[in-house]
Amino acid sequence: MTGTIAFRRKATDRVMRWVFTLCAFLVVLPLFLIFFDLVIKGAKELRWTLLVDLPHPVGEPGGGIANGILGTIVITLLTMTWSVPVAVLSGIYLAEYGRGKLSSAVRFAVDTLTGVPSIIMGIFAYILVVLPMKRFSAWAGAAALSMIFIPVVVRTTEDMLRTVPTTVREGALALGIARWKATLRITVRTAWPGILTGILLAMSRIIGETAPLIFTALGNQFWQTKFDQPMAAVPLQVFTYAISPYEDWHDKAWAGALVLITMVLLINIAARVLTREKR
Amino acid sequence: MAPRFGRNPADLAFEKASAFFASVVLFLAVLLFAVLLRESFPALRKFGASFLVTGTWDPVLERFGALPFLYGTVVSSFIALLIAVPLSVGAAIFINEFAPPWLKAPVSLLAELLAAIPSVIYGLWGIFILVPILRYGLMKPLAKYLGWIPLFKGPVYGPSMLAAGVLLAIMIIPFILSVSREVLATVPQRQKEAVLSLGGTRWEMIRIVIGQHCLPGIFGATILGLGRALGETMAVTMVIGNRPEIFASLFQQGYSMAAVIANEFAEAGGLQLSSLILIGLLLMLVTFVVNLAAKGILSKMVARASRGI
Repeated sequence: MTGTIAFRRKATDRVMRWVFTLCAFLVVLPLFLIFFDLVIKGAKELRWTLLVDLPHPVGEPGGGIANGILGTIVITLLTMTWSVPVAVLSGIYLAEYGRGKLSSAVRFAVDTLTGVPSIIMGIFAYILVVLPMKRFSAWAGAAALSMIFIPVVVRTTEDMLRTVPTTVREGALALGIARWKATLRITVRTAWPGILTGILLAMSRIIGETAPLIFTALGNQFWQTKFDQPMAAVPLQVFTYAISPYEDWHDKAWAGALVLITMVLLINIAARVLTREKR
Repeated sequence: MAPRFGRNPADLAFEKASAFFASVVLFLAVLLFAVLLRESFPALRKFGASFLVTGTWDPVLERFGALPFLYGTVVSSFIALLIAVPLSVGAAIFINEFAPPWLKAPVSLLAELLAAIPSVIYGLWGIFILVPILRYGLMKPLAKYLGWIPLFKGPVYGPSMLAAGVLLAIMIIPFILSVSREVLATVPQRQKEAVLSLGGTRWEMIRIVIGQHCLPGIFGATILGLGRALGETMAVTMVIGNRPEIFASLFQQGYSMAAVIANEFAEAGGLQLSSLILIGLLLMLVTFVVNLAAKGILSKMVARASRGI
């Protein structure tokens, strides 16, 4: 009797072990499938012209996504030029000065903004930028992406600054350095690799954002570098090509996706390498 | 925190400047809410609460109701949780309790990479790979043999509520997995060893100790995953079928709140635009409440763990 109970317990243990292993396998399986398909299907169209040519009309062979690559870089850099200072300084405020009502309100706002679906940021930029300007533009796209970028970077900046020991600050102040200088030159510099990692991770996220760009930057079939005009972006091209009914555009979508994931992964790896060096 | 030393003007200026930028962030959050509220007001005044329970979406007659989109968002997210939660928790248990040391880092790195993939790429993969697999491998056979159950009724097109749910599940797994792992790690080692030393098997240890200790945390992780799933746009738009009707069958097309905004916003005007913004406002409020709940549950969990209970 006790023997069968022991057997059943051991058997259940073994079965559950296999169930958990299977779960882990099923969790990583999609990743392999996605990368496999991206490489197989994306490589078909991956030639030099993809990176340097404008899109061609349907049915005409060749053509590329050069305007989208340029647009993605332009919109991302545009977003970061004002978002990085705003976010880093806000993070400094929260970590170094923030006490009382303002800081808890800001913290709550940052938490809330982090959870807002990205398409809502598109609506926001549409109402505030597209409607007054009466046209879709790179400005509007960057405005939408800023709303995603800023809260993430505020949070990581605050967290990273909090890892700097108080003794470092006290040491600097004891030497008679003005507090603002001590903050920027000692505290922020000590935490900088971590902050930069946060900035890079946020950047890799906005590079792939699509939903908030659909009705802000809109996309463009031609070269466009003016900030007040509709601008192309790789994620938008992937979307447009994927839902089109044309076979050769589907191939372009896969190639564009391969380019996009390469950009995202390179930045991700850079961020990881940076964090590792810090330790 | 360093003590406040003598206030020289430069110090004061720097503090004020950083406070100003922090206020900008606060202002943006308030502005976001205010702008959505103002712009959705025409639709809110016209339709009122009936907006939530009306199923018509007719730009020609200017009659708008959000029910099909609410339904699609809720059902697709629910399917996603149904698949993602058991898989993530199981994988988390495997990584934390069973995996050989050399396997832990790669598996969690791979799961993290899943979170970094842009959602438009999930959508692309969904359209061309996942939907055909589901269509021929799962939906067609199910519709053929179990078609008398309303949930599995044909015809089978491919893009469907089920496809959206499965794709969403893959997308939210990394988040539920990483939170579950943190929750599992809060179980005191002594308690686990106590069960093992009494002669319990690994599974019994997991069932007893982790089951009693971690359920609130896993619930928190689930709610967090729900928050992600509700607002996901591109992937859902690309595989859900985009048809503003309500079907009992999971194999039929559906629509979601985020998807209708993505599809119709650029060309909408007047009352339709206002209605879309109202849907956006609702979506924002729902994700806000869901995220707040998840945070509340999880922080309570962490507080309990830090007290070592």
